[in-house]
Formats: sequence, structure tokens, C-alpha cells
Amino acid sequence: MSNDPMTEIRASFFIECEELLESLQDALADMENGAKDSETINVVFRAVHSIKGGAGAFGLDALVGFAHRFETVMDELRAGRLDASPEAIKLFFHAADLLQDHVRAARDNQAPPSESEPCLHALEALIDAPTGTEEEVSDFQPMGLGFDLDSFGAEPDATSYLIRFRPLDGLYQSGNEPGYILRALAALGETEITCDSDDLPDLLTLDPERPYLSWTIRLTGTVSEAEVREVFDFVEDLSELEISLDDLPVLDLPEPAPEPPPFMPPPPSEPEAVPAPVTTQSVPAATAEKATAPPTSEAKSPTVRVDLERIDRLVNLVGELVINQAMLAQSVNEAGLAPNSAVMTGLEAFMMLTRDIQDSVMMIRAQPVKPLFQRMARIVREAAASTGKDVRFRTDGETTEVDKTVIERLADPLTHMIRNAVDHGLETPQARLAAGKPAEGSITLSAQHRSGRVIIEIRDDGAGIDRDRVRAIATSKGLIPPEAQLSDSEIDNLLFLPGFSTATEVSNLSGRGVGMDVVRSAIIALGGRIAISSERGKGSCFSISLPLTLAVLDGMVISVANETLVIPLSSILETATLTPDDIRMLHPGTHVVHMRGDFIRLLDLGAELGYRAPKQSYVGDIVLFTSKEDGTRSALVVDAIIEQRQVVIKGLERSYGHIPGIAAATILGDGQIALILDPADLASQSSTRHKRNDLSLAG
Amino acid sequence: MTDDLSKTTKAEVELLSFRLGGEEYSVDIMSVREIRGWTRATPLPHAPEYVRGVINLRATVLPVVDLSVRLGMPPITGDARNVIIVVQNRTHTAGLLVDAVSDILAVSNEALQAPPEIADDRAACFISALTIVENRMIRVLDLGAVLPGENSEAAA
Repeated sequence: MSNDPMTEIRASFFIECEELLESLQDALADMENGAKDSETINVVFRAVHSIKGGAGAFGLDALVGFAHRFETVMDELRAGRLDASPEAIKLFFHAADLLQDHVRAARDNQAPPSESEPCLHALEALIDAPTGTEEEVSDFQPMGLGFDLDSFGAEPDATSYLIRFRPLDGLYQSGNEPGYILRALAALGETEITCDSDDLPDLLTLDPERPYLSWTIRLTGTVSEAEVREVFDFVEDLSELEISLDDLPVLDLPEPAPEPPPFMPPPPSEPEAVPAPVTTQSVPAATAEKATAPPTSEAKSPTVRVDLERIDRLVNLVGELVINQAMLAQSVNEAGLAPNSAVMTGLEAFMMLTRDIQDSVMMIRAQPVKPLFQRMARIVREAAASTGKDVRFRTDGETTEVDKTVIERLADPLTHMIRNAVDHGLETPQARLAAGKPAEGSITLSAQHRSGRVIIEIRDDGAGIDRDRVRAIATSKGLIPPEAQLSDSEIDNLLFLPGFSTATEVSNLSGRGVGMDVVRSAIIALGGRIAISSERGKGSCFSISLPLTLAVLDGMVISVANETLVIPLSSILETATLTPDDIRMLHPGTHVVHMRGDFIRLLDLGAELGYRAPKQSYVGDIVLFTSKEDGTRSALVVDAIIEQRQVVIKGLERSYGHIPGIAAATILGDGQIALILDPADLASQSSTRHKRNDLSLAG
Repeated sequence: MTDDLSKTTKAEVELLSFRLGGEEYSVDIMSVREIRGWTRATPLPHAPEYVRGVINLRATVLPVVDLSVRLGMPPITGDARNVIIVVQNRTHTAGLLVDAVSDILAVSNEALQAPPEIADDRAACFISALTIVENRMIRVLDLGAVLPGENSEAAA
């Protein structure tokens, strides 16, 4: 099936579409934040335009129709005849969402979304009269140079440039294509292009690899010379290029040539010619973005698309390599060679290399969270529209890279939490104004790396958690006994209990209280944790902490009750040997460590995991201090620390299920399986168990 | 419980039989992936008693069920004669620790009988069929019931 070149071209068109939609969203977000420069608007226009152009080539009429009407409005915006008011931008966002639906519907051969008409009408109502329907025809010709028929609309401060462009030998060999350059110029403003074919030899002596044509372009638009030069960035060394200011009025042009060049430049031989306009056009766009340097856009470096299965195979192989290397290291050590022998030095170099390979492989799987965040932006818009709330959505740290699997499995819980934030977190505009807050609510989604994990936060500036009400509901539903003594954070965590819903009116949007416990299990299944903090009247913050990758971690190998375990290095603060002065008994069975003025709970790892009965005395034992996200520390008693090393994570969820206090498993150098501890989960498990005991005593 | 056996269209099934506490049990040979010698399993905290732990099966983590405990008998001591039968039930793979493997038997579908309903026999719900081969009674295990499920709540 993939033998059909058309299928492949079509597939790559839709991949390009996703990229274009992404840049469209970015540019709209910039506009929302006040960017009114022509480059931002051009990015919007080009994205819509390129999708339309590509769709036309594949006969995707519904998509072309929608994109065309969207583009017409964008063209008005570009020409400065339409003001990008906040309401207009909201409509543009909606149209961009619908464009995405159209693209996906076309890709999956499904019926186009039905609800696009009202949005288009609203868009077209922004401009006085629908114009530019004639453009459509010329746009799908191979050399479609955007002739703007209403040239009288040129901006007063428009500059005219006279550009002479003459390709030299080697331009075509390097894969450049004057047609696209001319098209990129046309996107900058009004162009009049004259083709000089005087050098063209007769057909017998023509060398198809050599350029014979040259062009004279008169460009009028609000662009700087640097921006014009950007277009020729890739061909500057391969052509003669003159750019000069043209003072002559447009109409006095000595040889006006308002027709496209009579024929195309030598066509590239590859069949990819059809979707290529989309690809190549995005190159000048990207470089132009770099030049004007809006904070969110980055230059695109060349990329290769690889089947995910191949990468996963590589990841697995590297995982086995690491295990094998550990086994080899162990046998070499057992052979008792001198530390500075050639074998040991070689082994050390081998270890370093393995680690480098591993890091590189993991980086292949890592992806920026940006597409995920953009999906959430859409969720916010939809949720805001259906609840009638004004919401400003901000994102931070979009370039943070996370393992692909983590990103994929994060989409559902995040969607749910975002909807919750709009629906339950934020108040109605009236309530906000009454509370002295701006009517527009704000939701911030941020991602950052912190000590070997990824922290994703969803923050709103709503009413915060009404703890009295949460408590009352939990009591009425029998989730807690009425007299239970709970701290604020314990009350907040009641939200995660199955069957809990705080919305007085259950809305369609966030469902019927099946939410937060499902969210939490999804996060836990990813090896992550979720925490809430909230301040009454100021807002709430949900913080998700996730492992960077699901494949490797740096760990401390320890032994307890003759079992070997691994503790993630990132969670260990320090280690110590306990002296009699360090340990205090809180009450029988519960000890605390008194260290540098702090009391820290002591957890006997062997007893917590059920390997042995709790010890009577911990004097002389080794403890590891670990910390949870919220800063609470615990001291884990272990029998011995063996070594510190990198381990390959093998999930237990698939083969067995979740074990409290255990994050995953790994295979050690001797082929045995060791469990990887989740110290924060272990500590919370232990405290809830104690709490339960207390509650059962109280009840 | 006999459904999945009676549904099979072929007239004959092959069973891998093994010994467990002096009795003979079997599983459909199509669900057997491989047979491994005894290796020490890493115990899992908070696991049910019948879960012996996990072993390394060519770089994957394989849970091992002590079938003897699962069927209500004393645990298998674990020595060189014991074997782990690696079985697959739908997408779920696990090891069954048994005393020893004895035979491969070809049994016609008609010869398989549903076990009689015995309400208070804990092990009965793990048996999907019974058959007699050379005067020995062979029990056919229902793997779906024996293996710890994907949502092993019992583990918590």
C-alpha cells in the first residue's frame, strides 16, 4: 500500500499540516499577547494559505473551501483593513480549531465538521464585504504568485524593491527551486515578476541541470530589506542577487509584466514535487521568525521521521546492553584484576560509552510538551465557551522535553484537570468582579525539569478549594468519620477519593465526580505523583511530578533483609549512621530521628515492605534521608549500601500490577531482579496506614 | 468454564501435564511458551501468598505463581527438580511453579468433562475440565482463574 507514491505524498502533506497548524496556534497566541507585527500576521496567513494550497492539490474540497474563506479574512487582516481585537482573535482561534478538525477529517476520510458555518459567518462579518474570491483560481496554478487585485489598498508606508535574481550553476543541484523563492516573495507583499529567458539555448544544447533563466521582481510591501534578503538565504552563494530600492511609482514601470513566467523552471525529478510547496515555503518562514526573534519560535533544524517501533527496538537493545555491561563488570570484578589493569581501564571506557549511547537514545524518544499544551489550549477555549467564562490561558516551559510515552499518556488526565480548572476552579465573571478580581480568569500550564523529574503544574486564579464544603461532602458521603482531625492538605487530598465531586451542579463538562481519582491513578501508573495546594480566594495549583523517562534511572543499590533494592538517587538527600542520641521513640513502634534540630520519621524498610518484623533498636543502622515533593522527609533504615549505578527500568504494571511503595523493577548484574523503591509513595502509604489505624480507633 | 474448551473446533487437544503435591494437573499446550528450571524469585512486598515473586526472563520481568499455594496446598520448597512453566493467557504472561513436568497428552474433546460442582472446594474453581488418561485423573487448569489479573487488587 505504501508503494503508491500518492499515498506517501498525501501522508506527508498531513504531517506538514500538523506543523502548520502548530505555527498557526503559536502566532495566534502571540497576537493574543499583543504582537501586532506583520510577521506574526504573515505566519497566520501563510499557514492557512499553505494548507489550502496543499489541500487543493489533493482535491480536498471541503478543506479548501473552509481554508479559503478563513484565508480571505486573514488577508484583510494582513492588509491592515481589519483590526485584531480580542474578540476577533477569539474567533480566529475558533476558526483555527475548526481548520484542524477539517484537516483531520480530510486525513481520516471522514465527513467534515458540520459546525463550521456559524464560525465562518462570524469571521466574515468582521470584514465589510467578502472579497477576493477570484484569487482562488490562480492559486492552484503551479506558479501561483499571489496577485493582489486590489492593489490600491497598499499601505502608505510600503516600500518598493527592485530585485534582480540570477541563479548560478549549482543552484538546482543543491535542491533549490526559484519558484518557491518567488512564491515566498509574493507572500511578503505585492510582486511583479518578469522572467528573462534570453540566455535560454535551443533544446538540443540545453543542459537540464543548469540554470538559464533569471528574474526581475518588483516587490511592494511593508518589509525591510533584511526580510527580503532572508528569502534568498539559502541561494545567496548560488546566485547573482541585487536588491535595490525602487523609487519609481508602481504604475510607471517601464515593462509591466503582470503575467506569470511562461513556463516553469526545470522541474525536480522526484515525485515529491506536489507537496513540496508546503515544505519549502515553511523554510523562509522559519528563518524569518528567527530574524525577528519572537520569544516562542525557534529555528527548525533538519529532521528525519523514524518509525517509533524502530526507536523502541533500539531502546530495548540499549537496555540489554546496559544489563550486559553490568554483568561483565561484575565478573571482571570477581576475577580480582588490578584496578589499573588494561581490562579495567577498557571496561571503564566501555561504561562511559554505554552511558552516552543510552542518553542519546533516550533523547530520541524525548519530545517537547508543546503539542500537548496546544491541545490543552483548545480544551480551555471549548470549556470557557460552554461555561460562559472568560479565560486567559498561559503556558510556560513548552520546550521541556519528556518521553513520548509519558506525553501520550498524560493527555487524558491533563484534559480532565484543565476542564476541572475552568469548570470548578474559576468563578463566574460576576463572582470574580464581586470578589474584586478581573472578570477574565487565568489558567497557567507550566512544565519544568526539577531534580531528574518533570513537574507539570496547572494553576488557576479562581476561588480555591472550599475546605469546609469538601469536608462536609466527604463526611456526608461517609468517606471520613465526622470527628476526624484533618490538616488542610489532607482535606485537599480528599478530592482524589473515588466518588467525590464538589460541583453543586454537576455539569456535562467535568462529568460526575469520576474525575480526580481516575486522574490520580493515571498519573501513578506513569510513576508520577500529584499534589494540590490551594489558597481560599486566590486559586489552586495541581502539581504533577513525573519521571523524565520510563527507561533508566540513577539509583543507589542497597540491601535489606537479604533482599537487594534500588532507591532513585534523585530522592536521596543524605545518608547517615544512627547514634543512640539520634533516635527518639515517639510512642511504641514509632521512632523519629533527631537530626540538626529536625524530627524526621523513621521508616524501617524491611518492616514496611513486610520482609521482616520491625527491629527493637536502630542504633548503628544506616539510614537514607529522602524527601517528598512537599518537602516532608523520612529516614529509611537499610542494612547496607552496596553501590551507586544506573539501572534499566522494567515496569511491573503490565506484568503484575501496582505495588504500593514500589516504582518498578530492574535487572542486576547477576541476572537477579531488584525492585526499585518509590520512597515518597512508601512514606505516604505508611502514614495513611497509620492514619487509618487512628481513624479506626477513633470510629 | 468449559466454554473455551468446547468452542475449539478441532477434535483433539494437547495437554502438558505436570505433578503437584502427588496429583496430576495439565494446561493446554498452546498456552505454554517455555519451561524453565527453578531460579530464585525476587519476592514482591504486599503480594498474595501464592505470588512467589518475579524472575528475569530474558530481560523481562515475569511474575511467578506458586501453583501449589494457589490450589490450597503447602508451598513448593524450590529445588533443582522444580520447574517454572511459562504460560500465556491472552496478553498476560506468567510463570507457574510446579513440582515437575510429566507428559504431553493428546486428548479428544469428548473425553474432557466439566468438573462436578463442589461448592466448598477452593481449588475447584481453577479446574476447567477433567479427563482420565491411562487410569490417571488429569485436571485441566483454567489459566484465567489461576493467574493474578491485570488489576490485581489482591496485591494491595
